[in-house]
Amino acid sequence: MTHFWRNRKFLSIAAQLISVFTVAIVVFILWDNLTYNLELLGIGFGFDFLQSQASFDIGETLIPYKPTDSYYSALLVGLLNSLRVSIIGIILATIVGAVVGIARLSTNWLVRNLALVYVEVLRNTPLLLQLFFWYFAVFISLPKLENQISFFGLINLNNKGTQLPFGLEISSELSALILGLTLYAGAFIAEIIRGGIQSVARGQWEAARALGLKPGLIMRLVILPQALRVIIPPLTSQYLNIAKNSSLAIAVGYPDIYFVASTTFNQTGKAVEVMLLIMITYLTISLTISLTMNTLNRSFQLKER
Amino acid sequence: MLNRKWYLLFAILAVMLSMSACSRRLRGGNTTTISRLDTIKSRGKLVCGVSGQLPGFSFVKANGEYAGLDVDVCRAIAAAIFDDPKKVEYRNLNAKERFTAVQTGEVDILSRNTTWTFSRDTSTGMEFAPVIFYDGQGIMVRKNSNIKNLEDLKGKSVCTQTGTTNEQNLADQMRQRGISYKPIVFEDVNTVFTTYEQGRCEAITSDRSQLVSRRTTLSKPNEHTVLDLLISKEPLAPAVKNGDTKWFDVVKWTINSLINAEELGVNSQNVNQLANSSNPEIKRLLGTEGDLGKAAGLSNDFVKRIIIHVGNYSEVYDRNLGKNSELKLERGKNKLWNQGGILFAPPFR
Amino acid sequence: MNQNEIIKWLRKNLFDTWYNSILTIVCVFLLVWGAKSIFTWILFIAQWKVIAVNLQLFLVGRYPEQMYWRLWVSIFIILGLTSVTIGSLVKKIPNRWLPLAWAISFSVILWLIGGGLGLQAADSNLWNGLLLTLVMAVTSIVISFPLGVLLALGRQSKLFVVRNFCILYIEIVRGLPLIGILFIAQVMLPLVLPDDITLDRVLRGIAGLTLFSAAYLAENVRGGLQSIPRGQFEAGKAIGLNSIYIMLLIILPQALRAVIPALVGQFIGLFKDTSLLSIVGLLELTGISRSILAQPEFLNRYAEVYLFVGLLYWVFCYSMSLVSQRLEKV
Repeated sequence: MTHFWRNRKFLSIAAQLISVFTVAIVVFILWDNLTYNLELLGIGFGFDFLQSQASFDIGETLIPYKPTDSYYSALLVGLLNSLRVSIIGIILATIVGAVVGIARLSTNWLVRNLALVYVEVLRNTPLLLQLFFWYFAVFISLPKLENQISFFGLINLNNKGTQLPFGLEISSELSALILGLTLYAGAFIAEIIRGGIQSVARGQWEAARALGLKPGLIMRLVILPQALRVIIPPLTSQYLNIAKNSSLAIAVGYPDIYFVASTTFNQTGKAVEVMLLIMITYLTISLTISLTMNTLNRSFQLKER
Repeated sequence: MLNRKWYLLFAILAVMLSMSACSRRLRGGNTTTISRLDTIKSRGKLVCGVSGQLPGFSFVKANGEYAGLDVDVCRAIAAAIFDDPKKVEYRNLNAKERFTAVQTGEVDILSRNTTWTFSRDTSTGMEFAPVIFYDGQGIMVRKNSNIKNLEDLKGKSVCTQTGTTNEQNLADQMRQRGISYKPIVFEDVNTVFTTYEQGRCEAITSDRSQLVSRRTTLSKPNEHTVLDLLISKEPLAPAVKNGDTKWFDVVKWTINSLINAEELGVNSQNVNQLANSSNPEIKRLLGTEGDLGKAAGLSNDFVKRIIIHVGNYSEVYDRNLGKNSELKLERGKNKLWNQGGILFAPPFR
Repeated sequence: MNQNEIIKWLRKNLFDTWYNSILTIVCVFLLVWGAKSIFTWILFIAQWKVIAVNLQLFLVGRYPEQMYWRLWVSIFIILGLTSVTIGSLVKKIPNRWLPLAWAISFSVILWLIGGGLGLQAADSNLWNGLLLTLVMAVTSIVISFPLGVLLALGRQSKLFVVRNFCILYIEIVRGLPLIGILFIAQVMLPLVLPDDITLDRVLRGIAGLTLFSAAYLAENVRGGLQSIPRGQFEAGKAIGLNSIYIMLLIILPQALRAVIPALVGQFIGLFKDTSLLSIVGLLELTGISRSILAQPEFLNRYAEVYLFVGLLYWVFCYSMSLVSQRLEKV
């Protein structure tokens, strides 16, 4: 008769039970400590505080907002700000990344190496530091309104923000955030795009040229579809990083969802609820981006017969 | 044989269940019967949460020592307990973590220019000791900006720090007057001031004492002026964790003794002679008569220790914020109740 | 290289087509203009005194001067071990004692820096600047490594509870920004732990970084595990090893070797991410530079300070990425 510690079925059940118990006990201890501490401090659990007045003001809002609005409205404003930064960041970073990525493959030595320097410098320094640099050393060091730097009257730069054509005005905080996020993610996207284009076999170029296609058409019809198959998965994770990195807005004073949630915590002391709100928001944003990109991915995948 | 292995398994599971005794509630209220005062005494030093970046209240001098009004409160408590004002460990806390640090017991007392408000008293699990500095929220602008009152701030940017009462008070006042403005908000107090100095915002709002204090650290202090208006009441008081009356009493009465000493004319120079004074109030204060100190868990002469090492309220104020300091803030409302101010401490009896 | 070769090279690389020639001229223009402005700024306009005066703060913060010898000893140990490791990798002579030596030196260096057990203690509030960045990055990677491997193994497990717990943990942590996790670690950890355990700020920062990094490491290791053919597992069973030994001796070494580039990339990312700890109040390299910028004499020296600190980060990260490229070729 085999010893009980070699009996596979017993071991499997024992292992499952022990692991369930371990997880359950750890969770129980932590949860209990948490509720005990919260009780001692007089902080209850509940989301009713969302209806009470926020009483703080938010500098940049996409929807009308007054300090008498609820915390719920404040959080909504923060969410819209985060989405604004993320979407603009994703679009601009893709463009910058594409340009630099193709530059990395140029036959021109100078262009190729300038792109290399750009990529290696920006990839190997922390994003937070780059944001601080852009905000403090560049954007709020710009001259005042009276002496602003003007490009043909279309684009004006001063220490309050950037004025673009069509009446668009972007504050210094938002400008620094968008510029920093775009350039940083652009460096990574450049490498992804370069890797994708290089992954297409040389034979494809030659065959397409043998068919008589012009370079522009070769890129569009033969190379890019195949390259995109390799590019899209890592590109997805870069887009997710842009959305997550937008939370660094707190360092440059731009009121995104994390900043507003953090202020809410400071005013109400509701740690657990605020933590849950932050988690749900970012997980939803991440999930949305992943799902969208996965659908896109599927349309590019090889359809096996 | 079949039964043995199941018994062993259940034994293991039972042992694991008993590990959940780590949970606080099941251990019972064991931890709450030990007062923080006893923990401090056995530890041998006081852990004091301060800002560390606010000249006049709590900052680090060039020789590494802490100085300031908030720091002196902690030194007074250490003097009362240990007869040695140096037995303090200071922890720098930013505006966001200051309450958590008290709630979780990481610091024994929060002496960090914190405003006493209703919501902080009730919903953050802290108790506030007597006010040590009656302040108000103000605005600082550049002298050449021609901003004289709140209405002049229309359309302008105002720098402020998040996690403080300043943010909400400014919003309230501007809303009441119907003035539209742009708040530029940061988490870190240094960033707020440096951004204001760079010119990103035309005005900066904070407690008036903080504005005056940090103006001395700007590159050209004379270019800036703190306006004469007051946006709100900001009574600054130290805070301790809820639920520990013995420790709370020690903190309360340390502060009260500073004020009472000034009222009775006791200071660090004359405290030794006055111990034998004929005035019964002074005798009770300094412990020559009565057992007030022992009832609080301290020695009877704890006030004498405080005055010898730290001084009375006016000495503390003058040294840090008043005529012997760089800030030269008028005492204003911080004078004694019988001298035109509102500083009042209950009697030692 | 004589003149003909230079001209040939120029023609081929810079001027081969008309649009390349235009690009080259434009780039040269921009480069010359850029270089001139930058050098003028570096040499004449910038005030580098802020770096010179505060160099000590940048590198080691308020670490007591009389204990500097400990830092020198640690550097010596690290340099020694690194050269031995590089030597053994290049010459392809595996040294059995190397991993053990690294593990022991890690504890020794922590003991040297922190004190205790015979050496005078240096409070963790005094470790600032580059010292704190390095200590936190290395400690987090060292602790998150076994954690990540366990999570990856758990994700493959047939046990329902274990597998789903691991999946849940990995997916949630990977979906959150690091600053959110640091917020959770800073605020929630003190509330969920029993009263007697108090974690100081540095420990909470390390805990946050570790929990974050473990999830990403788990995904990298999972990729490696999936690349091992099933035959290895079956061959191990055929020899008679039980599952644990198969994992330890056969599968894991191969899986980890396959993902070394990704692991080094992870470390580079973690090193950069330590800068986020400045937002939660820790004075590592980024934090101490903001603190230095708040000193009255140096209020507007943003560009100088941030460029200097950026250079420090860049040197470390670029060297690590060079090492990773070299390892990929091995």
